[in-house]
Amino acid sequence: MSVASFQHIAEIEKSPGYWAGVMRRFRRDPVAMIALFVVLALILMAVFAPLVAPADPYRASMLRRLRPIGTEGFPLGTDELGRDMLSRLIHGGRLSLLMGVTPVFIAFFIGSAIGITAGYVGGKVNSVLMRTVDVFFAFPSVLLAIALSGALGAGIFNGLLSLTVVFIPPIARIAESVTTAVRRIEYVEAARASGASSFTIVRVHVLGNVIGPVFVYATGLISVSLILASGLSFLGLGVKPPEPEWGLMLNTLRNAIYVQPWVAALPGLMIFITSISFNLLSDGLRSAMDIKS
Amino acid sequence: MLKYIAERILYTLPVAFGVSIVCFMLVHIAPGDPLTSILPPDASAQLQEEMRRIYGFDRPLPVQYGLWVLKVVQGDFGTSIATGRPVAMELGRALGNTLMLAVLATMIGFLFGGLFGFVAGYFRDSWVDRIASLISIVGVSVPHYWLGMVLVIIFSVQLNWLPATGAGPGGSADWVWDWAHVRHLILPAITMSVIPMGIVARTVRALVADILSQEFITGLRAKGLLDVGVFRHVVKNTAPTALAVMGLQLGYLLGGSILIETVFSWPGTGFLLGQAIFQRDLPLLQGAILTLAMIFVALNLLVDIVQSLLDPRVQRS
Repeated sequence: MSVASFQHIAEIEKSPGYWAGVMRRFRRDPVAMIALFVVLALILMAVFAPLVAPADPYRASMLRRLRPIGTEGFPLGTDELGRDMLSRLIHGGRLSLLMGVTPVFIAFFIGSAIGITAGYVGGKVNSVLMRTVDVFFAFPSVLLAIALSGALGAGIFNGLLSLTVVFIPPIARIAESVTTAVRRIEYVEAARASGASSFTIVRVHVLGNVIGPVFVYATGLISVSLILASGLSFLGLGVKPPEPEWGLMLNTLRNAIYVQPWVAALPGLMIFITSISFNLLSDGLRSAMDIKS
Repeated sequence: MLKYIAERILYTLPVAFGVSIVCFMLVHIAPGDPLTSILPPDASAQLQEEMRRIYGFDRPLPVQYGLWVLKVVQGDFGTSIATGRPVAMELGRALGNTLMLAVLATMIGFLFGGLFGFVAGYFRDSWVDRIASLISIVGVSVPHYWLGMVLVIIFSVQLNWLPATGAGPGGSADWVWDWAHVRHLILPAITMSVIPMGIVARTVRALVADILSQEFITGLRAKGLLDVGVFRHVVKNTAPTALAVMGLQLGYLLGGSILIETVFSWPGTGFLLGQAIFQRDLPLLQGAILTLAMIFVALNLLVDIVQSLLDPRVQRS
């Protein structure tokens, strides 16, 4: 769903100032604005990591292992192989953000497609699709992610695949329930009666009403996804060494808590900051769009 | 009433069937032949063929599934490749440990989450509400495995008050409720309780605020009911949903204990799962996932039934 078509639908459907109102309310929310700023800063940091990082995140040295925070030349110390922590944390954002955001992004498209199809077509199609979704929804999310990536084995692709499967069911459920509600609204009935094709009804009325709430819901899943993705790497699934990734760094530094405890805790702090920023951003978006959870 | 319960059970059966299929397929989506994890890499072709027949891997998938289910319902989850002991035996002991941890964590989380949420909802938009909301958003955003590490750093490494790992002298086999053992439970239980705390606080806050804004409360106040009386109505209306959330959270904690148990080396199902993944012990992985998922399904059903008994309005929705 591009921004252009988003606005196009809004012009037809809602009062002309809807998105302007959302923007205005969002800008007046200081917490949401700070969260947005932090998220953008983290993304920029990850994208331009090679330019921002002061050192090579892979260069190890047995002579300078586990230096404390504030060491000359290593502002955040060094890790268990003597690599620069600051550079590794900056580079770590690339894989951590990618592994956290991508599954929700893909699940948003697949889940919406499943939910809208089930909700709009109804009947047997709905039963088959939604009962399948129910099966995957019947697993606690952590357990399903670990079951799938545990069976598939470590690796970035397997991690992404497992997490995507985890996030499709909740998104599909929301999309289905909103679509079912929208289908019964009178102006949609009127559009059908006046000869609008199914495609037009879905494109204009259903998408226009469904995508907003589903999108906000999906943004709320990003923080869960970030924590889970790093959690997989923390368990030795997902990203493999020597790649810098926050969860994996936390794992390899676990034994160092008796030597340099605060250096070992740094990667987790990065996950926490990222996750809470995405959560606050999602909350701000939700109240600006006035969607009840 | 009975009709509602029967409906819920009828709805749960196909879900449970689907869950069992997913668990069965776990071994088959694993890369390579399922035999490779059982046999040494240099096994002869003849031995491979023989083992394939013994394990039934040469039969069509639906037949394999049927045979597998027959064994599982008799309590036979196969044999752990790493230890050679029956998977059911390995799981039994671990399950008790995880249950102990998860129940305690749920109780702590519910107590504090309920308190914060209630106060926040009652004094909506006040400074108390802001602080309670901050605590709950931290609770849902913090990577709990990291929180566990930080608590270990503070209370074990720096202060040396509490042990960092394990389940006490003699391990979990000789668990008794004395200080030597309970002190091992404190840090993992507090770490785990943060997840339900955040979610319970958010739910209760929204519920209380919603109920207080309804007309019947205004009506009760207009009739001259004191704040204590209003409070009673709010609790009565909040409790069923809050309890349902608590039940589901217990299920999530049981199923999602792997990260916390790995941090604290707590000898529960999650720790066992971690080992199964590390050693690519697929029968153990499959058995643990199936057991935890089925507990979650059963708990969901139980929560629905209990909630409908407490609050008859649920049946109509």
